[in-house]
Amino acid sequence: MGDEQVPSAVPSSRTVARKHARLSPVWIIPLLAGVVGIWVGINHIRSEGPTITIVFRSADGLEAGKTRIQYKGVDVGTIKNIRLSDDHHSVIATAAMAPRTDEFLVTDTQFWVVRPRISGATVTGLGTLISGAYIGMEIGKSKENKYDFVALDTPPVVSGEQSGRFFVLKTTDLGSLDTGTPVFFRRLQVGEVVSYKLDATGQFFILRIFVQSPYDRYVTPLTRFWQASGIDVSLSASGLSVQTQSLLSILIGGIAFATPSEGAVIPASLTSPDTPYTLYANRSQAFEPPPRNPQTYQLIFKESVRGLLPGAPVEFRGIKIGQVTDVRAQIDARTLQFSAPVTIQLDPQRLGVKVLDLKSAADLASIRRRVIDNLVADGVRAQLQTGNLLTGATYVAFDFFPGAPPASVDWSQNPVQLPTTPGELQTLETSAENIVKKLDKMPLDQIGNELRADLATLNLTLGAARTTLTTANSTLLSARSTIDNANSFLEPNSMQSQELDAALIELTRAARSVRVLADYLERHPEALLRGKKGEPK
Amino acid sequence: MNAPALTAMQQGLQNCEACGLLSRPAPGEEEGECPRCGQSLDFRKPASLQRTWAFLMAAAICYIPANVLPVLTTTTATGTESDTILQGVILLWSPSGWPLSLIVLFASIMIPSAKIIALAYLLITVHRRSNSNSEQRVRLYRIVEFIGRWSMVDVFVDTFTAALIQLQPLMSVEPGPGLFFFAAVVVFTMLAAESFDPRLIWDADEFDGG
Repeated sequence: MGDEQVPSAVPSSRTVARKHARLSPVWIIPLLAGVVGIWVGINHIRSEGPTITIVFRSADGLEAGKTRIQYKGVDVGTIKNIRLSDDHHSVIATAAMAPRTDEFLVTDTQFWVVRPRISGATVTGLGTLISGAYIGMEIGKSKENKYDFVALDTPPVVSGEQSGRFFVLKTTDLGSLDTGTPVFFRRLQVGEVVSYKLDATGQFFILRIFVQSPYDRYVTPLTRFWQASGIDVSLSASGLSVQTQSLLSILIGGIAFATPSEGAVIPASLTSPDTPYTLYANRSQAFEPPPRNPQTYQLIFKESVRGLLPGAPVEFRGIKIGQVTDVRAQIDARTLQFSAPVTIQLDPQRLGVKVLDLKSAADLASIRRRVIDNLVADGVRAQLQTGNLLTGATYVAFDFFPGAPPASVDWSQNPVQLPTTPGELQTLETSAENIVKKLDKMPLDQIGNELRADLATLNLTLGAARTTLTTANSTLLSARSTIDNANSFLEPNSMQSQELDAALIELTRAARSVRVLADYLERHPEALLRGKKGEPK
Repeated sequence: MNAPALTAMQQGLQNCEACGLLSRPAPGEEEGECPRCGQSLDFRKPASLQRTWAFLMAAAICYIPANVLPVLTTTTATGTESDTILQGVILLWSPSGWPLSLIVLFASIMIPSAKIIALAYLLITVHRRSNSNSEQRVRLYRIVEFIGRWSMVDVFVDTFTAALIQLQPLMSVEPGPGLFFFAAVVVFTMLAAESFDPRLIWDADEFDGG
């Protein structure tokens, strides 16, 4: 390797004063890359929120990695994994939540699947038709964190931020009510049905409704709720009346409430949210005073109770005082007589019985006993009456029947039996029957025979009468001629009348003479004795 | 290995890479400027190993977020979806789309990692003054250098997609943070390959010989 191989003509390069750092500045680049990488990594880790599990009944519409969890339309998480639970009955979804969502994840936070829902009044979740289902979320108020949730089957109707109160209603018939059905107060929508469920006995529906503030303060313990579904048409003596709430409620039903005016003084704070209110079928039922102190009695009817149903009214002289609760049939084993015991419930307050200063219960009972004894003694009896000729529905009417056979009330029985009297129709039937029976007893044949004999006699009599009449006719003719004679005698120019005139003139003269004589004798009565004296001087 | 070859450095000569003039550095100096064109002259690329190491480490660091972070964020009416490179490969893997999936797998995952590993191997062998497989190592270096620019295709495809698919309400595609790191990996490996001086591979022979 000798230098001789290199041509000598090689120029030498210019020298440059160059500082050589021991460490090249290029190391800044990996340092920078490292810093950026670490920063991004930290960011990425920080952007990972908590992981939660939600148990769904079904994963229908949910997709791992795609389905979002939204709160007020903001994505707060994503479903990462969906698997079946160990017992295969439900679906467990694991969701990665957005960072800093820990404070949302509390014990009463709720999750539910948002799907398109079309209920009567509202259409919600239409967007999910395109985007697929997402999971809705409602943040709870609790402070306690929780990371395992069970999703709701249906979305909650009322979001936790609306102020207002929940009330519980009890009804036997759900009608057209559904979650989301509006609640009206004076035809203004003030709330919604939140949920409904059948109670444990299966006899009632327990409805939870939400009434927004400030309308919730109009709900007092005395408030009545009724179903405002559809149209309530009633025909009364005052004409036809149609009650509706709004067009919406006609279409989808609704609940209305109102408070009787006397109840307005009760402070709303007394209302307990868990006391169930009764949901009445209609407004008029809702405002019927509730039986405060219902008394159960029994009526035994011997007649047919066709058309008498539980719920039929019991009236006293046209005023409703109670209702029929039970109608059944029984046969007396000893007498083999059929009867229909009807159980009724009476509300003595409806009768206007003023409860005097609410004495002890026993006192009250004795007063009631005395009143009823008096009424029964006065002839008050229960009677079945036809309420509706078309349907044949009957009701129980109490009225005074002064002619009724005397009866008394046996207070030892339970329920106490009140005396009854056959119904109007029954009475009518009985009397008609009696008439027919009497008619049956009449000897119609004999009467007919006798009548015929009588008629023959009558015929004979009539023949005799005819001859009598002929004789009478001739008699009348002769009478007529006699009258004619008399007429001619009485004519003015007849001789007889002239003579009569003359005779009358004579008679007049004679009468005058007598008067003169009488006058003279009056003035001179002595003349009878002494005779007529000469003319006075 | 064959007999030690004659190199410019052994002769104390420097070749100008710009104008090809052969010159001799001033005595005691290793660097200078070309007397004809003024190009800076070195016996070997200055701090080649250090620079290569630095770029290689930067590339290696960036390689992690490039694969962990999403490269594309697709927003459609059904929701937003972010995919990393590997997720994209899995997504494309279907009976009909597997070749495409393989291409992505090669271009985006295997090639960058292979480049990093190859460069690291070259650097380590140079440090250890290994003089075996020199020819193959140089071939490897050429492949790395050649392939480097093509990795950028991936980045271009993604950026084109993002630029073209902007049907705002219906669908839009946006580059994710992973894409920037991926581009950085490509750039850093290219820089590393560029700063590596393949002559160093052969210098070991010379030192051994000399």
